[in-house]
Amino acid sequence: MFKRIDLLIILIMLATSSAYAAQYKNIGRTATEDEIASWDIDVRPDFKGLPAGEGSVEDGEVIWEAKCASCHGTFGESNEVFTPIIGGITEADIASGHVAGLVGNKQPQKTTIMKVATLSTLWDYIHRAMPWTAPKSLSKNEVFAVTAYLLNLARIIPDDFVLTDKNIQDVQKLMPNRNGMTLEHGLRTVNGKPDVKSKACMQNCETLDRITSVFPDSARNSHGNIQLQNRTFGAVRGVDTSLPAATTLEESISRYKNSSLSNENDAVSSAELEMQTLAKNNNCLGCHGVKEKLIGPGFNEIAAKYKTDKNANTMLVKRVKQGTSGNWGDMAMPPQTSVSDADAKTLVNWILKGN
Amino acid sequence: MVDDFNKIGRILPAPENFLDAELTREITNNGLNLERRGFLLKSFMAASAALAGGVALTAKAGVTGDPNILSLPAHSKTLGKPVAANPYGVPSKYEANLMRRESPGLTRVSAASVSFAPLQGLFGIITPSGLHFERHHQGWHDIDPTTHRFMINGLVKNPKIYTMDDLMRLPSVSRMHFIECGANTAMEWGNVAVPTVQYTHGMLSCSEFTGVPLSVLLDDCGYDKKSAKFVLAEGSDGSSMTRTIPIDQALDDVIVAWGMNGEMLRPENGYPLRLVVPGVQGVSWVKWLRRIEVGDKPYATKDEAVHYIDLMPDGQYRQYTSIQECKSVITSPSAGQMLLDKGFYNITGLAWSGRGKVKRVDVSVDGGKNWKTARLESPILPKCLTRFNINWVWDGSPAILQSRAIDETGYVQPKINELREVRGTRSVYHNNAIQSWKLTASGELTNVQTY
Repeated sequence: MFKRIDLLIILIMLATSSAYAAQYKNIGRTATEDEIASWDIDVRPDFKGLPAGEGSVEDGEVIWEAKCASCHGTFGESNEVFTPIIGGITEADIASGHVAGLVGNKQPQKTTIMKVATLSTLWDYIHRAMPWTAPKSLSKNEVFAVTAYLLNLARIIPDDFVLTDKNIQDVQKLMPNRNGMTLEHGLRTVNGKPDVKSKACMQNCETLDRITSVFPDSARNSHGNIQLQNRTFGAVRGVDTSLPAATTLEESISRYKNSSLSNENDAVSSAELEMQTLAKNNNCLGCHGVKEKLIGPGFNEIAAKYKTDKNANTMLVKRVKQGTSGNWGDMAMPPQTSVSDADAKTLVNWILKGN
Repeated sequence: MVDDFNKIGRILPAPENFLDAELTREITNNGLNLERRGFLLKSFMAASAALAGGVALTAKAGVTGDPNILSLPAHSKTLGKPVAANPYGVPSKYEANLMRRESPGLTRVSAASVSFAPLQGLFGIITPSGLHFERHHQGWHDIDPTTHRFMINGLVKNPKIYTMDDLMRLPSVSRMHFIECGANTAMEWGNVAVPTVQYTHGMLSCSEFTGVPLSVLLDDCGYDKKSAKFVLAEGSDGSSMTRTIPIDQALDDVIVAWGMNGEMLRPENGYPLRLVVPGVQGVSWVKWLRRIEVGDKPYATKDEAVHYIDLMPDGQYRQYTSIQECKSVITSPSAGQMLLDKGFYNITGLAWSGRGKVKRVDVSVDGGKNWKTARLESPILPKCLTRFNINWVWDGSPAILQSRAIDETGYVQPKINELREVRGTRSVYHNNAIQSWKLTASGELTNVQTY
């Protein structure tokens, strides 16, 4: 009897201590099927995860012109905002599955279609991340259509093609660089075999004894004045790259002793800098220059054009928010839904003030 | 070259000797009596009066020296600011030159771009959180942590949702690791392209990360030990960044992290949740992490099928390149900097390896002909930055400074020509070559290539 009670106590103690062990009680909960469906959107190279649907080249062209061309160009060829998607492949590549232009750097600018081996990648990425300012806003059929249009621009499928979840496996067999990937390398895992087995020579080691490449003098100030990118005290100073290189140590020493090493002389005022930062943070400066035309008009051009227009302010705020086209050429400006009303007003005011 | 320095620095005579040497000695030997105390007090008041009058008066009194010492600065003579004047502290205003910077012309759109950490001015191995390099694929957001959710699904018995509350109740680990973008030093594959170490190597940072090991969570969901071969990590931002990670690695040292250097992650670094994949390129450290899917095949996502693939000379792309091999760089003196004079300098830099600990770093000042082994400063941790230092006296002649790291696997950081022999010049990613800084007789350092 006595022993039994002891045993019982031991059992109770064991049960208590086991609560500290492996199971994390009351942490997390089971995901619902709807939750998984909402987030589990990835599509694998074998098309696991691809939903049913279809889209034509014809429909794709309409969507492309409205939502994609402003960044990627009408033919997906643009190098203005992002690197080009289309170009650089041949019929022979489609037949072989190896893009010949990749060998020996015959084509310095590699397009997406030259590189990508898996059609699933295009579908997955357009679906999860495009368009740039409104990701995940395309319907599944729209994603099929845009994908079809891209493949048509690359001359992989004909003008009257309708891409579907049923025929996508067949189109995969036409991807121009489908055989262009290799897993034969040592950089996949921590124990992989390195490419190079260098030796740590310590004395009288063999060297080329000449410099093969230098940072050009002409680019000296290309990243701004390096002096202002270093501390104003300590073991070294930043070189004043607004000046040509000093020729002697004495000249260098006199330069750093006489330099104010301050940011005070920066040309841009803080108020102006604040506005430019606001424009940058709202992603305006990818397409508009403050003082020059990029893809869209420069802010200076906009200010000049609407100088006398009393309604310009309200009109431009609306154009920013809702998008616009035809005022400055062919390229449409997509709706900037992520820009707040307050920011849009502040920015338009600043732009119209002229800079 | 090393340990034979002549002088420590240029020391100007200080003006503190307002007591003569003999009196000082006597006080030391015999102590102060009342008479001497009175004399000292008079001397002190005279000296103070002279200081209050400024440099000219001190010169008149025959005292020479640095006015920063002779004439007390305002901060020595006024009341300072109270505690919590900056409830969240900020760096000194004199540090404004050291900041994250973009490389002009590298990208067109700043929401899909890079800002580089100012390695030229950083000390030790921890990157201040505000200077941690940035790489965003579709801009960054400041996400409300109370609405953030983390899902594990795929080949698991029980697909689960965790809130931040759930995750932060779990047993956590804190580990120091480097993170390096696979494209760090990419611009230098073919030739020299950028002016300073901030732009050549600044897609590199190192922090202490706190979070729950991914293995704990995978176990909690009952992952399928037989079929699981890979996991997919996915972010919750617009790009919903996705990367494939082999299951062995996922179970090894990967962390689902919320903490960085003692506080929560910064928004630019994935607040409130990111993946930490030690030794692996930064793109796999998915920020704003929302989901891990367990699968049996790799996913060939955009950033492993269009970008972050390494072009070989035969036209094939290497896919799923991940490991950041052993690498080092001298951070000071480095290109874009100038030496103040001939004499003693501490050559300092960083070394790291995605395959383990750094074992040794050698430094050359003659373009690789002769090398000396540098001091490694503790701590020396696996897949973490290691700081190295070596003494050097510059005699005023031109020099080429290089560093070469060796990791615990015995792998030696290669020369650029050795890498190019295998990978060509268009590989973009994973350039871990020895870096050269050329020092001219004028004291200016520039970025060059030689081997």
